[in-house]
Amino acid sequence: MFRTWRQKITLTDILVWVIGLSIAVVVVWGTISTLQSGKYSVESWFDLAVKGLALGGVYALIAMGYTLVYGILRMINFAHSEVFMSGPFTAVFLANALNDSGFLNRYPLLGILAIAILSMAVSMSVAILVERVAYRPLRNAPRLVPLITAIGASFFLQYTFRGFYGSGFEAYPTIEALNGAWQLGTVRLFKTQVVVIIAALLMMLLLYAIVMWSKLGKAMRAVSEDKEAAALMGIDVDGIIVFTFALGGAAAGAGGVLYILQFPVVHFYMGFIPGLKAFTSAVLGGIGNVPGAFLGAIVLGLLESVGPNLFLDGLGIPVASQLKDAIAFIILVFILIFRPSGILGERLTQTKV
Amino acid sequence: MQNKYTDWKQALRSGLLGGIIVVVLSLIGIVAAFENTYVVNQLVSFGEILILGPVAALSLSAIRKATSRQAGFLILTAAISGLASGLVILALAGVGQVINLRAMFLNASEELYAIYAYKQALVPGLLLRLLACIVIGALTAGFTLLPDRIKSALGQGLLYVVFIGLMGRLLTMMLSNWGFVAVLFKWIFTANSLSLVGAIVVFLLTGGLAYWRHGRPKVKRSLEPRKQKVIRWSMLGGVGLILIFLPNILGLWFSEILDNVGLFILMGLGLNIVVGFAGLLDLGYVAFYAIGAYTIGVLTSPELGFFNWTFWQAFPVALLMAFFAGVLLGLPILKMRGDYLAIVTLGFGEIIRILVLSDWLKPWLGGTQGIQRIQRPVIGFGGYARTLESQQELYYLILVGIVIVAFIAIRLRDSRLGRTWMALREDEDVAVAMGINHVTTKLTAFAMGALFSGIGGTLFAAKIGSIYPSSFQFLVSINILSLIIVGGMGSIPGVFVGALALIGLPELLREFAEYRYLFYGAALVAMMLIKPEGLWPEARHRIELHEEETPPPEEEAATATENA
Amino acid sequence: MSKRLFAVLSLFVAAALLLTSCGQKAYECDDPIGCVVIGPNEPVHIAYALVVAGPNETLGIDSRNGVEIAISDTGGEILGHPVQFDGEDTGCNAEGGQAAGTKLAADSTIVAVIGTSCSSEARVAMPLFSEAGFVVVSPSNTAPDLTEPGNPNNYPGYFRTAHNDQVQGRVAAEFAYNVLGLRRAATIHDGSLYAEKLQEVFANTFAELGGTVTAQEAVDPNQTDMSSVLTSIAAGNPEIIYFPIFMPAGGFIIRQARTTPGLEEVYLMGADGLFSPDVMEGGGAEVEGFMVSSPLVQGPDYDAFVAKYQEMFGTAPISIFHAHAYDAYMLIKAAIESVAIVQDDGTLIIPRQALRDAMAATSNFDGLTGNLTCTPTGDCADPYIAVYQYHAGQYPPEVIWQP
Repeated sequence: MFRTWRQKITLTDILVWVIGLSIAVVVVWGTISTLQSGKYSVESWFDLAVKGLALGGVYALIAMGYTLVYGILRMINFAHSEVFMSGPFTAVFLANALNDSGFLNRYPLLGILAIAILSMAVSMSVAILVERVAYRPLRNAPRLVPLITAIGASFFLQYTFRGFYGSGFEAYPTIEALNGAWQLGTVRLFKTQVVVIIAALLMMLLLYAIVMWSKLGKAMRAVSEDKEAAALMGIDVDGIIVFTFALGGAAAGAGGVLYILQFPVVHFYMGFIPGLKAFTSAVLGGIGNVPGAFLGAIVLGLLESVGPNLFLDGLGIPVASQLKDAIAFIILVFILIFRPSGILGERLTQTKV
Repeated sequence: MQNKYTDWKQALRSGLLGGIIVVVLSLIGIVAAFENTYVVNQLVSFGEILILGPVAALSLSAIRKATSRQAGFLILTAAISGLASGLVILALAGVGQVINLRAMFLNASEELYAIYAYKQALVPGLLLRLLACIVIGALTAGFTLLPDRIKSALGQGLLYVVFIGLMGRLLTMMLSNWGFVAVLFKWIFTANSLSLVGAIVVFLLTGGLAYWRHGRPKVKRSLEPRKQKVIRWSMLGGVGLILIFLPNILGLWFSEILDNVGLFILMGLGLNIVVGFAGLLDLGYVAFYAIGAYTIGVLTSPELGFFNWTFWQAFPVALLMAFFAGVLLGLPILKMRGDYLAIVTLGFGEIIRILVLSDWLKPWLGGTQGIQRIQRPVIGFGGYARTLESQQELYYLILVGIVIVAFIAIRLRDSRLGRTWMALREDEDVAVAMGINHVTTKLTAFAMGALFSGIGGTLFAAKIGSIYPSSFQFLVSINILSLIIVGGMGSIPGVFVGALALIGLPELLREFAEYRYLFYGAALVAMMLIKPEGLWPEARHRIELHEEETPPPEEEAATATENA
Repeated sequence: MSKRLFAVLSLFVAAALLLTSCGQKAYECDDPIGCVVIGPNEPVHIAYALVVAGPNETLGIDSRNGVEIAISDTGGEILGHPVQFDGEDTGCNAEGGQAAGTKLAADSTIVAVIGTSCSSEARVAMPLFSEAGFVVVSPSNTAPDLTEPGNPNNYPGYFRTAHNDQVQGRVAAEFAYNVLGLRRAATIHDGSLYAEKLQEVFANTFAELGGTVTAQEAVDPNQTDMSSVLTSIAAGNPEIIYFPIFMPAGGFIIRQARTTPGLEEVYLMGADGLFSPDVMEGGGAEVEGFMVSSPLVQGPDYDAFVAKYQEMFGTAPISIFHAHAYDAYMLIKAAIESVAIVQDDGTLIIPRQALRDAMAATSNFDGLTGNLTCTPTGDCADPYIAVYQYHAGQYPPEVIWQP
């Protein structure tokens, strides 16, 4: 018994655990000392958590694009951050036109819907276009090759949109209906964040329903399991792949609208950071897994907004918020040490990777 | 009849696509931006090529898809395609007259429409443009009807004229180093572009060369092995000699490019071990580059004032730091595979960048303000000591570094360790089952990769003299990864080719100023689409996989894509 | 065959040597670092070394646009010669500065360089430019060391129309302490040399005056969610937050500060990095009351400039150093006109050291950014800094304080 146990545990395992444990100890210690110091009120924590959730909702929708494509093609669609950028960056012109005519504030719901539809349509078209030009000819190439075309496409798209709309910033108009907050006892709930969280949740449910229960969704999962078998069953594999890109693109466009409700400034470089974060959340949750991407995104959003103050403040590290991405990535390493395939990820066999 | 109908449709579709491409290029702004960038002075501008080029290309595709090979029919098809393109272009100009497109598309300006209309009055000018599109379409058809030999001569001649014309400014700059020899070439260029005479000469020379070469049977070399060896060694010697004199021939600016290419070759050789040999996707490779550079910075900069070491004292420490960072990163990710590995390494790269940027570590690492006055390496002793400062001098240091690292990389590849790396890459589970210790194998791959990157970092610090966190962006990792895959994954010569293509080329693309990245992205996609296996693919592991077949070189590309 | 080729080649060489040697006898240049000789009909070459590609490109493109307007305003010529204006992207990082610097320094036709955008580039590129004999005028470098006498980073030939951080940070701190009567301040920077130095000068001055600096925080320039940094700042109960950063991060701080518990009433203040029309859009309704320190760039001249910008580039100014770049070009032009020697055939001779001296001797030059007077080490900006306050729907903002 002892012998087999000893054979199983190697020095490296111990080292890895030491790394994991030390991360855990620092985090717990930091948290306790921060909470003891009482620097932040309960309201502040609540506020941060709500903002983190809203941020996570946006990440979740963008992450869908990564995770769906990964599920089917086993490739990282690096151009997805530009797919995300293209929607809201184009829809800003519609939004401003609607605002100038007064339509947006008279019928805010219709206005936002119109903006969302345009944003989703543009993102979807860009996603389909990228698939057609940069990925389809490389369907059978080594796995890293489409990664490079994705990077190339990402550059190209960034500078194409920069050429179209200029390198300056465009700002979305303020929507009066979403201004302000509800007071619940001592805490405030900002309307924007509430709307974003609810909308993100609804859209994730819708996406989940499409993937799980619609005919196309079933076909998608079939293709993801085995392309050749799916083709033999009469599934149009190329069509399903296009549908997947379209679905991911539409989700990113919708995520873009939720993003601009919170951060109403758009520019050609805006996709990079959210794209990276969404990719991180998709991996964190277990890439290829829809609920996993959602969970990963929520965890990441919360880590980013609550993390620096909670973990580092108590340790006396100055300018903690500058390190927020570092914290997020360290926690990511911590989670992946103990769950190497993400929070909800299956244990992948070599054939799948 | 049915065929004819689909042909018309095809021609129209191609033409529309061509027109849309031109419109998109115009709206991006490059048509107007290169209006005055002449390929042939005052005669052919690059902007005009950007308009007529896509029209011609899509006419060509319409011709390719046409069902009949009849001359008149082809010309008609191509002309229709050209007409369709022209109409789309006209449509943009027309819509632009009615609606102010500029509120959305910054580049839909009057200037653009004027370029469309050849700077004439709008209506006749646009009609002229339409005519030009039709004529270009018809000309492409005429071109395809020519005999192959003339076709290739014409095509190559034109390509070279465009290429040399675009590189005019760089070439004149290079020539200016050559003293009186420059005078010989002066008449080829006027005002940074080809002169008319120059263009004709270039066209005749390159076209003639293509004409002469075409149709000659390719001489297959079947020399005896000893002779082959002699040839190989003398070629190597020749290349070595050229490399030694290169900075003096090309001047300071090209030495700067060579240095950058060299640094990326160094790092590419390292990442090639991690990704190419061992199959571990590393997206945070910049971390080790940063560690190498910052170690040198902290140890040698008198500004921080901790150590004030010389470059060579700090050098081994920097390498050790990079090496151990590689091991440290390797540990937690031993069990991860594929994209989980990618994201953790990416995170590691970001963590390092955030740490060197942070105010928290500012007293030790300089934070935002970076580290300045890093010691340059000194070569020689006593009275013969010489500080390597300019890019031309540092070139030699980088060259020596590359030679050493490339030698190590080749030896590693052929060693037992190299084979275990490759076994791991092909199938980790099987490799472990066969008794390969995946822990040491992975860790050595990471550590060696980190070490090479660390060397790159130290030389970078020496070259630039001051380092800032902004030099260690995620983009650097992406660049290195791209270059080894464009070169051919796992191939050592591929790293050199890839670095030249992806680091050297963008430096030359500086001519395109803010459109540099646009062309870079397009080139990246195009290169991978045309040669998915890389520019200089590695043949060995394919052969290993198919020992019995040993495919002849032509089939290799095909199997390479099939294998994946 | 090869013999004939050799003969032809040697003939060429001989002819070339002959041609070069019987060129006309030119003006004897006695300038210690040489002269630029511009033949009749040849252009005066002025280059830019600005960041025009990549995430920071708005900064450089805006400056370049400013120069192009200046060139267009002056008829595109200097002393009858057309102006050739082209240049290099510097990427706002040291290696980009070195690459651009090396390339431009190799071009001996360049008279002056407008750049660099970022101070880190200047530190690497200036040795090259200085060695090449150029006059360099930066529209946006603000790091104090670049013009500090005796500092190794102060190279001959370097000038700038942007404000030294020492000047602006001090003015902002004195305004907050003396005029507003505030005693508790927090600062935020974005990891750029500009913001980091400004907030440092602000914090030091504020502490010297007797105030308390409750926090010195930092954000990433591409960050959108500022909640954690603002919550952290709120815990220290500051009366003013000074964040001398850029758009869009600055706009997000303006917006989100008002929705952070404890910061609803706090004063917000930025520097000239946030003096731009973008702030109006990016800050939304919350921009009301937001203050910035900036040189006095108002009046009919500036309005005409903005109108021209809109006409030429189809958009309002996209960043903040366009007026500084405009002035940079005007300074160079004036200096060239004062030292250039025009020969009878139209040849222009510009002695390089004399040009530098003329630049350094600039005084009371009437520019868009005020009255420019250059110090011997290269600070040309008008030290006159005003404080502005934004109001929703009104641009440019109101001047609320002048020294």
